Amino acid sequence: MFVNQFLFLAAVLFCIGVYGVIARKNAVLMLMSIELILNSVNINLLTFAMRNGSTDGHTFALYIIAIAAAEVGVGLGLVLLVYRNKKTISVDELSEMRG
Amino acid sequence: MNLLAAETEILAPLASGWFLENAWLIPVIPAIAFALIILIGKRLPMKGSELGVASMLASLVLSAGAAYQWIQRVNSATEEQFVEPVIRSWSWWQSGGFDFGIGQHIDGLSVVVLFVVAFISTLVQIYSLEYLRGDRRYTHFFAALTLFSGGMLAMVLADNMILFLLGWEIMGLCSFMLIGHWWEEDANSRAALKAFFTVRTGDMGLLVGISMLYFAANDWTQENLGLSGFSVRGISAWALSGEPNSTVIMVAAIALFIASIGKSGQFPLHTWLPDAMAGPTPVSSLLHSSTMVVAGVFLVARLYPVFFVGLDILGSGGNLIMFIGGITIVISAALAFVQNDIKRVLAYSTVSQLGYMMLGLGAGAWLPAVFHIFTHAFFKACLFLGAGSISHSASHHSFDMKRDMGGLRKVMPITFTTWIISTLALCGVFPFSGFFSKDEIIDNVGNNGYNTFMIVGLVGAFMTAAYMTRATYLTFFGEPRGASAGHSSHESHDAHGSHDTHDIHGDHDDHASHDAHASHGPHESGLLITAPLMILSVLALGSGFLNATPFGESWERMKLWVEPRAVEVVDATYPGGPGESLIVSVPSAEEGKSKSVCGTATPEKGVCYAPKLEHAKFKWSKAMLSMVIVFIGMALSWILSVLLFTKRDARLVGLTQRVKILGVGHRFLVNKYYLDDLYEKVIVRGVAYPISSAAYWFNQNVLDGILHSISNLTRKLSGWVYKNIDQRVVDGTVNNSATFTKSVGTAAQPTQSGKVSQYGALLFSAAAVAALVLVIINT
Amino acid sequence: MIAQNIGFWIIAVLMVVSALRVVTTNNVVHAALWLVVVLAGAAGQYILLAAEFVAITQVLVYIGAVMVLFLFGTMLTRARIGAESDLNNSYKKLGIPVGLVMLVAMGLALTRSFGDEKLPESAKVVSIQEVSDQIFGPYLLPFWALSFVLLAAVVGAIVLARKD
Repeated sequence: MFVNQFLFLAAVLFCIGVYGVIARKNAVLMLMSIELILNSVNINLLTFAMRNGSTDGHTFALYIIAIAAAEVGVGLGLVLLVYRNKKTISVDELSEMRG
Repeated sequence: MNLLAAETEILAPLASGWFLENAWLIPVIPAIAFALIILIGKRLPMKGSELGVASMLASLVLSAGAAYQWIQRVNSATEEQFVEPVIRSWSWWQSGGFDFGIGQHIDGLSVVVLFVVAFISTLVQIYSLEYLRGDRRYTHFFAALTLFSGGMLAMVLADNMILFLLGWEIMGLCSFMLIGHWWEEDANSRAALKAFFTVRTGDMGLLVGISMLYFAANDWTQENLGLSGFSVRGISAWALSGEPNSTVIMVAAIALFIASIGKSGQFPLHTWLPDAMAGPTPVSSLLHSSTMVVAGVFLVARLYPVFFVGLDILGSGGNLIMFIGGITIVISAALAFVQNDIKRVLAYSTVSQLGYMMLGLGAGAWLPAVFHIFTHAFFKACLFLGAGSISHSASHHSFDMKRDMGGLRKVMPITFTTWIISTLALCGVFPFSGFFSKDEIIDNVGNNGYNTFMIVGLVGAFMTAAYMTRATYLTFFGEPRGASAGHSSHESHDAHGSHDTHDIHGDHDDHASHDAHASHGPHESGLLITAPLMILSVLALGSGFLNATPFGESWERMKLWVEPRAVEVVDATYPGGPGESLIVSVPSAEEGKSKSVCGTATPEKGVCYAPKLEHAKFKWSKAMLSMVIVFIGMALSWILSVLLFTKRDARLVGLTQRVKILGVGHRFLVNKYYLDDLYEKVIVRGVAYPISSAAYWFNQNVLDGILHSISNLTRKLSGWVYKNIDQRVVDGTVNNSATFTKSVGTAAQPTQSGKVSQYGALLFSAAAVAALVLVIINT
Repeated sequence: MIAQNIGFWIIAVLMVVSALRVVTTNNVVHAALWLVVVLAGAAGQYILLAAEFVAITQVLVYIGAVMVLFLFGTMLTRARIGAESDLNNSYKKLGIPVGLVMLVAMGLALTRSFGDEKLPESAKVVSIQEVSDQIFGPYLLPFWALSFVLLAAVVGAIVLARKD
């Protein structure tokens, strides 16, 4: 197996995730796209762990999974709050930042 | 370096014992007590104070045991043998290959300071039982006091700089809580903040110094000693090994010394110390005698090899430590003359005495400086507690000597006696303890060839004698004034900000009893206050005999017990337990003491842990000289005080108003050399103000100028154009540019939509383009 | 090796297709289910990369917990179970060039750096013990930090989502 086949898979997933973040306006779907990005990073970490014969990458992959869980928890909490206040979860409605 | 090639002689194992092996319990007990006081203190019959006192007593017993066993250990060693410190170390946490240890490093220095800290802390806690009775935050006060002592104890026995830093910072935090104990008054919370931030300024140096030492020393210590680059022992050996790059170790030493300056209130960061008097008197006593401020001196003493090599101590000319110490002695002693607040006099006196310790360390008088830590702790604690006793029982919580004190020697005989003993000790009068330590410092500074600094030390001694006589006269002699004459001092409460105000926070019953106290007039304090005073005054009198140089070699116990021996040690005993391990040492050549290479050359057969220092021979002639200076200072100050404060001699009263030069000097001192103003107005504002004013100037002059000239030019040009070129061309251009601007604006407008996802999209696009550009450039 | 290669390509294609469906479907619940496929595929790739424990954790945490969270999030915000029209931004076309540019950049960098480099043939499966020795040894401090992050996230999520 080539190193690159895994890395390319990760790259493709990353770009799809980026597309999702840009194209979606539903907050839940944006979060899902972010999960795609995080998973592609994990694939990279594990590929390099195997290539270098070390286990450091595994450790950090696990940390990323934990961080992702925390991120989804807080993110969905935010989505619920937004929904309660605005009756929508379209992020386009959240334009208070406009100067 | 080949450590094993040397001819070696196996020496007897050193004695050890339970107290030495388990000295790490000493800071652990107060830490546990702190947690217990916070959790259950309020429900206990004495509101948690019993836990604090008990834990400090336990620490005192443990450190006394450790001191006793350390003395046995020293006695079990031969004369030229290096007395191995008792080191126990555990792995605390590791992260990515870095191993951070925690452990104890017990040697003569730590034993002395441990004992002093535990002793003073115990007495201060007992004193506080009475002094703070009925305070609103009684429990919290004891919790903070206990943790504070625990932090200091942990710092003192730390075997590595990480634990040292932890103890150092715990102290910083607790001092903030204690100084601001009565934070309802604005001045107190400001003093607490000032103390915290000034010390923090110095702490930057500690972090920098520790990191630098780690990265510079770690390889060497791992290879030769199997120790981490954080360990005190490893750093000491490394500094003396001849390995370190002189610039690196100098910068590290300077960085560490900046931390010392901040913590020990040395010039120019001494400004926080007098303000820290806003805390309750027991806190001042603890902070300023044995713990907080001594930490900086202790840092220098602990990592002495680093400073020795880095700052070229004993080299020709002076060094940074000496200069700072010398300046501090004189300027703070001068400040003590213009203070009316008794605690501030003592605070400046502390700063000045710390200057002596720094001067001693800088001049290679390590042992006298450490001995001065020891003796100074007792008499300064006694003086502070005496001041507290006066304010508690006589002057109705005022510390103003001129307004509320005077003539107290008759009503407070115990406080008066202990005060006099401690004052004599502070001035360095034979045979009080201060004489043996302070005179020794001055003597050694001169002996090591720094005659200028010896004179500075003598001038300091003169000034010390003079300002302490002034304070003593104002407090105990003359006619009673203000509160101590029985007047109600409520108007002075408002007039003067520096007095303990804890009674107004107490509950009302207690407040009433305080008022009752006051209405009875001044009287002697209760036993809980006088007992610590008496114990401390006995020690202020007697502790000097532990290193009484005038009586010959056999009296120099401190030197024997505390000073690390500067001999080459082959083979580290780490980590085999102390006591079991054989110490393999190289005896020096005949008359070995002066032949030790430690500190002067690269040790070839082993490692050194301490530089070789000379000790001055005691001469009565020198001692008499300094005694005479002290007595002149006292007599002069006494005469002036009598004339000025009692006789109101017309020639002296108002002298500062009449003679311009003196007036300027007086104002200069009253304003503390304008250092506070310098820090607050010049530096703090100086950073913000010039930037904004420069920006304003640039805006007004440069930008506006350019714009004006451009617009003038344009106007003229357009006038010329209007006249000379066809109006339609101009119109066309103007219209076109307006249209262009408008279209650009319209095109750019949607980017400022406030929509998060759009901003995200732009961010990603920029990142994508940047990534592509980077990849292409990096071909 | 060949079997693993075949496995890789099947899973990879499945993952890419599902990922594309996640970002294009018009149904939130469908998107979540497609995401399950991607995550499960990632778990499969982890096993191919000799990372057993990470793969198991992926299944437990992501497919188990995170997906349930997503579905709850969808239900609680009363998304329609069924197709919806306005899930996308008006300028979603921008995403395609951005994604492509990134892909090109990464592709160039990867080809240049790793070329035909192969993964070691005889890589043995990394056991849980090795991973735990790492976590509770040299990387203990990040682990602690992470525990605090999780704690803060739990508290934060409760504070955000409670009704008052």
